[in-house]
Amino acid sequence: MNVVLQAFAVARKDLAIELRTKESLNAAGSFAIVILLLFSFAFDPGSDETREFGGGLLWIAFAFAGALVFNRSFARELPNECLDTLLASPLSAASLVIGKALANWVTLLVVEFVSLFVFGIFYNVSWVAHLAPLAAVFALATWGVSILGAIFGAITVNLRLRELMLPVIIYPLMIPLLIGAIELTKIILNNEPIGSEELLWGRILIVFDVVFTALAVILSDTILVN
Amino acid sequence: MKQAIELTEVWKFFGDYAALRDCTLSVSEGSCCALLGRNGAGKTTLLRIVSGLTTFQRGAVTLFGEKPRAENARRQTGFLGHGIGVYEDLSARENLHFFARIAGSGNLSSLTDTWLERVGLARVPTMPVRQFSRGMRQRLALARTFINSPKILLLDEPFTSLDDRAIAMLSELLTEARQRGATIVLSTHQLREALAIASHVALVENGRLRYTGERTREMLDDPALLYRLHTELGSQQ
Repeated sequence: MNVVLQAFAVARKDLAIELRTKESLNAAGSFAIVILLLFSFAFDPGSDETREFGGGLLWIAFAFAGALVFNRSFARELPNECLDTLLASPLSAASLVIGKALANWVTLLVVEFVSLFVFGIFYNVSWVAHLAPLAAVFALATWGVSILGAIFGAITVNLRLRELMLPVIIYPLMIPLLIGAIELTKIILNNEPIGSEELLWGRILIVFDVVFTALAVILSDTILVN
Repeated sequence: MKQAIELTEVWKFFGDYAALRDCTLSVSEGSCCALLGRNGAGKTTLLRIVSGLTTFQRGAVTLFGEKPRAENARRQTGFLGHGIGVYEDLSARENLHFFARIAGSGNLSSLTDTWLERVGLARVPTMPVRQFSRGMRQRLALARTFINSPKILLLDEPFTSLDDRAIAMLSELLTEARQRGATIVLSTHQLREALAIASHVALVENGRLRYTGERTREMLDDPALLYRLHTELGSQQ
């Protein structure tokens, strides 16, 4: 069984558990929505301002919500020593990390689209006409966030302060990805044309995704064993 | 006879503390080696090294000639540690299905159903494990360990806190595994159960292998004999 099929098996298992418990979905979803609502009440922005900072607001909410998802992801393997069982099994460590990232990606995308509805209602922004480009940006940027969360979730899984350590480590590393995602989201919400200069942000997202996915495949065994 | 597991002059340190010191052990294919020793002697560390869960600083470890982390080595290994290694929020069927799938087994549904029947969980295949009794969880853990018919079984204190039914089931599964030629290494405090199954014995004390050899008739008659003859505490008494 190759790495990809094993990764899908891990993702499927994690999503089945998530569907049953809804631990990450409820926590991350409500957290993202609360951030959006608080900003809406605190600043009462007009539609022009919203289009200007909407991208930044959305991605900050998604990044914070993501930390909740990533913390649960590997912590789920600790009861009953499931992590040891997986590492001693024929499952490759790379499949485990990629599978976790896949499950986190799906969970976070659900949270993002629910948040987008709330954003549309409370900030009076119509995003439905831009669904396709927004979905592409969300998919690319969320994969980058998810793979980073999976790698560092694996590193911090046995730390006592992992809930604190994980965000502290991943947020600085996320900066180039978040800047790219924020810029692209802003351009799409403002209905601006996407030219070659704007596509540079898209390339940054792709490079980030490829680099960290490659790192996950190469380093996962070293990270997880011992 | 071909060696299934070989440890050569293995040293493992936790900081400055040497948890394993110069351990050399060969377990031939098809044999059953009982790893004996008191708490903290180094049995679990040794098993974790063989199963590829822990790295070591010096020496070499091979399973059928390959490093423990090699995919082929892990494919042939079944590991049962202190935890049961199953997911509380999945059902028994989902758990077995998942572990059989990642091992690349074919015909997952019939394999899973066979093992559920085998460990007496066929009547509760869809019930989440968190609703299981302790005995049911233990039997599910046994099914999870044995489902892929591994050629090497690494069992860390498998008899500890098992109920009578699970002990009988484990003994039966180990006997079957030996009959099909599997190699077994099990660490245990339960001397009688272990010596009854084992063909070989390795005694660990303070991270050193004090004795390795075949299990003899005398050991069966007097399980404490090994400790008296080969440990420092035993020789003082």
